Amino acid sequence: MSAKARILDKLRHSLAGTEALPDDFDETLVTEPWRYPPEQRMARLRELMEAVRTEIHLTDQTRWPALLADLLAKKQLTRLLIAPRTDHGRQLSEHWQHRSDAPALHAYDRPVEEWKHELFHDTPASLTGTVGAIAATGSLILCPDRHEPRLMSLVPPVHFALLRASTIHDNLYEAQRALNWRAGMPTNALLISGPSKTADIEQVLAYGAHGPKDLVVLILEDA
Amino acid sequence: MNAPRTFVPQATRTAEPDAAPRTYPEHKPERIYLFGTCVVDLFFPEAGMDAIRLLEREGIQVVFPQAQSCCGQPAYTSGYTDQAREVARAQLALFDQDWPVVVPSGSCAGMFRHHYQELFAGEPDTLARARAVAERTYELAEFLLHVCRVELHDQGPPTEVALHTSCSARREMHTHHHGRALLDQLSGVRRVDHDHESECCGFGGTFCVRMPDISGAMVADKTRSLRDSGATRVVSADAGCLMNINGALKKQRAPLQGQHLASFLWQRTGGQP
Amino acid sequence: MSQPARIPLRDEFNSRARDALGDAQLRRNFRGAMDSLMEKRAAAFSDADERERLRTLGNHIRARALSRLPDLLEQLESNLTANGIQVHWAETTEQANRIVLDIAERRQARQVIKGKSMVSEEMDMNHVLADHGIECLESDMGEYIIQLDHEKPSHIIMPAIHKNADQVARLFERELGEPYTRDVNELIQTGRRILRQKFFDADIGVSGVNFAVAETGTLVLVENEGNGRMSTTVPKVHIAVTGIEKVVAHLRDVVPLLSLLTRSALGQPITTYINMISRPRQAGERDGPEEVHLVLLDNGRSQAFADGELRQTLNCIRCGACMNHCPVYTRVGGHTYGEVYPGPIGAIITPHLVGLDKVPDHPSASSLCGACGEVCPVRIPIPSLLRRLREENVSRPDPGHAVMRGQGSKYSALESTVWKLWRTLYTRPLLYRLFRFFATRLRALTPSRLGPWTEHRGAPKPAARSLHELARKHLEQSR
Repeated sequence: MSAKARILDKLRHSLAGTEALPDDFDETLVTEPWRYPPEQRMARLRELMEAVRTEIHLTDQTRWPALLADLLAKKQLTRLLIAPRTDHGRQLSEHWQHRSDAPALHAYDRPVEEWKHELFHDTPASLTGTVGAIAATGSLILCPDRHEPRLMSLVPPVHFALLRASTIHDNLYEAQRALNWRAGMPTNALLISGPSKTADIEQVLAYGAHGPKDLVVLILEDA
Repeated sequence: MNAPRTFVPQATRTAEPDAAPRTYPEHKPERIYLFGTCVVDLFFPEAGMDAIRLLEREGIQVVFPQAQSCCGQPAYTSGYTDQAREVARAQLALFDQDWPVVVPSGSCAGMFRHHYQELFAGEPDTLARARAVAERTYELAEFLLHVCRVELHDQGPPTEVALHTSCSARREMHTHHHGRALLDQLSGVRRVDHDHESECCGFGGTFCVRMPDISGAMVADKTRSLRDSGATRVVSADAGCLMNINGALKKQRAPLQGQHLASFLWQRTGGQP
Repeated sequence: MSQPARIPLRDEFNSRARDALGDAQLRRNFRGAMDSLMEKRAAAFSDADERERLRTLGNHIRARALSRLPDLLEQLESNLTANGIQVHWAETTEQANRIVLDIAERRQARQVIKGKSMVSEEMDMNHVLADHGIECLESDMGEYIIQLDHEKPSHIIMPAIHKNADQVARLFERELGEPYTRDVNELIQTGRRILRQKFFDADIGVSGVNFAVAETGTLVLVENEGNGRMSTTVPKVHIAVTGIEKVVAHLRDVVPLLSLLTRSALGQPITTYINMISRPRQAGERDGPEEVHLVLLDNGRSQAFADGELRQTLNCIRCGACMNHCPVYTRVGGHTYGEVYPGPIGAIITPHLVGLDKVPDHPSASSLCGACGEVCPVRIPIPSLLRRLREENVSRPDPGHAVMRGQGSKYSALESTVWKLWRTLYTRPLLYRLFRFFATRLRALTPSRLGPWTEHRGAPKPAARSLHELARKHLEQSR
């Protein structure tokens, strides 16, 4: 008998004569305390994310590339990793063509194996989109895919993320439903709620443990 | 009390639902049973007597069955369940009349109220009796406060006391609320908090002999915070904790001493020690 | 300080406890950390009613999953397999290590980087891989620190909580040749720099799993540092190891459990990263592991599962709140327990993993104060389970019928007889009356030394008259 068969046998034997407990999931518990009027959703998200040292800027669909350029300049970041085949990647590339002072854009357009060294050692910042956010916990939702790979939001020390204000959900329960994850999960889905951090030494909070040291969220007001 | 659930030993269990807040009888009973507990019996008999006096002052006749001994807790928490069950059975037989059972110790009251039902889960007849006794079991402070609805008239000089509540009394009987409410009725008594007030004093029945160093460290911390609280007296409604705390204070030659809540209340309200 | 002669109740647990209690620095480190964790948890659950209802929901979700565990495990396997994740089953830690080694050999792996995983601690994976010439490095900052110092975790969430910054600084100076600094930020940056290179070089990443979702075939990982994401994304192979109890039926079940976990553990509304992995790298994707494996480990869990009461042990979501609130753990720290899982949860789960006879004192390492049960986010009745294990411990060994390995390991004919005498005393009123009489009349003869009791306390002396006597006299008079 295989290990699997033996384990399952033991478990089934232990449950003999017993019944599965009923599913009494009470969704009000994970929704009602975590609902916000539309005008407060963004404020809540902002408050929670700023509390864990996230930088947040309000902008809009047309002005964000210019704001991003300013922020990069202010932070003296000379290179930015982008996903060239996303809408925001294209929009940024176009905007950049009109600016001579803008830092270099670098496209994540190859398998990581082909440029891993550069990604780890010479990529100070990145820009990604998000598929939404969660007001209750102050979290961005990212679903990396073949256009916008997973490591973009992890390896570069500064991560810029674009968030459409209209995609902020009240809570994780409602976000899961809206994104219909039950019917099929993305390959990788992430909730990101600030820059990487640790309190493993003496419980002193330190940012920039293994992931980004800085998380900058540009909220596009579109509602 | 929750309705009995059908007991299937191997069924997957969900947590017992939290008990609804206890409702209390509208009128004081004429008679009650006192279950004195084994520690009070030998080490704090005056506390038991003061409990009787407090109850009698409320116009209640106290019945003290002479065949009572111990609730069974020491064996129960040590894993000697069968021995605990027999001692428990002997107690249950003594409280047959439909009178409240009042216990001047929160953890022993908790045994009556909660754990007897576990001990007799497999014996329907005794279980029914255990349930009936549990229904009418009260910790002393709870009984004075909620059933007698006492109004205490403080006659003592201004003083400051720290209240220690046993952990099982706190979690199973909410004795800390009752103790505080009673002390707060005393106009000359200021109740002072102590550091880590809700933390265990380290007694834990046989724990204090099985893990003597850890228990010793716990009671050292507890007595330090009691001494640092500025209180001139420690009051507790649990004799086990008092024995532990007083023992440590004595070893430290500290002037501070702990007193049973019943004795403190009796003496502050004009009763003779 | 000279110690009085010891009665032979002493054992390994007590002797380790004695060492820990004598280490003032260690005690300060733990007390400070536990106080702060308790405060943070309390602040994160400011609404007591919401907290209690959520704990009940958490309990029901876990119990419901356990009530159909074998079906859920099969559903999980089938959905993971459909998603391209390879599932392996292991009854023992040896089997689990063999599975990892086989993958490593096939991939010709030389370096493994590990995210935080308590199950890999159960497997002692670091040493097993090292014995086969494979470097297995911890990447969680706390785990990295203790691995560097050849120690075991002292807390399941904060593995290096027993060390202060000075101790970490001296460790880094000694082991890494780094200049001494007490600045926590600088220490963390040192760890970041060194471990980044390790993520870069690693052939395999290993992680634990916080929740395995049966209906979608998803592994959910909860973390703050990003090392879990690194370990599961950068290397070409990701191996997740987890206990068979970690499965939940639905994706929505994760929502309340996550909230309970992060608030109970660290008082955070959520951790920095929630990483939900459902597939390996897909065609056209530019990063992520080519292979993802899940190792499902039993290691004694099916023994706990076999008993309806003990099964509740497997509700655990590994938040650590029980240890943060435990007055025993707070004083002696995690290493005193000598096993992978310390504190109250360690005391109830370790006997199933290693046998009660290997850890006979764990169930006694509690005053049964109830703090652990009160804070457990999934309402495990930890004090009741400790008591149950004490019963298993002292009962006469009954091979063939025992519910657990090592049952009866503390059975002593002498002690059993003492408790039988105790029962006789308290069930025979006449006998008890005689006892009271002599105890009160001969109180002057009470010894001033009563074994361990009087090491820290004065000896109690019986009163001159028992309550029985006083009450009888009083009640007779007032009649």
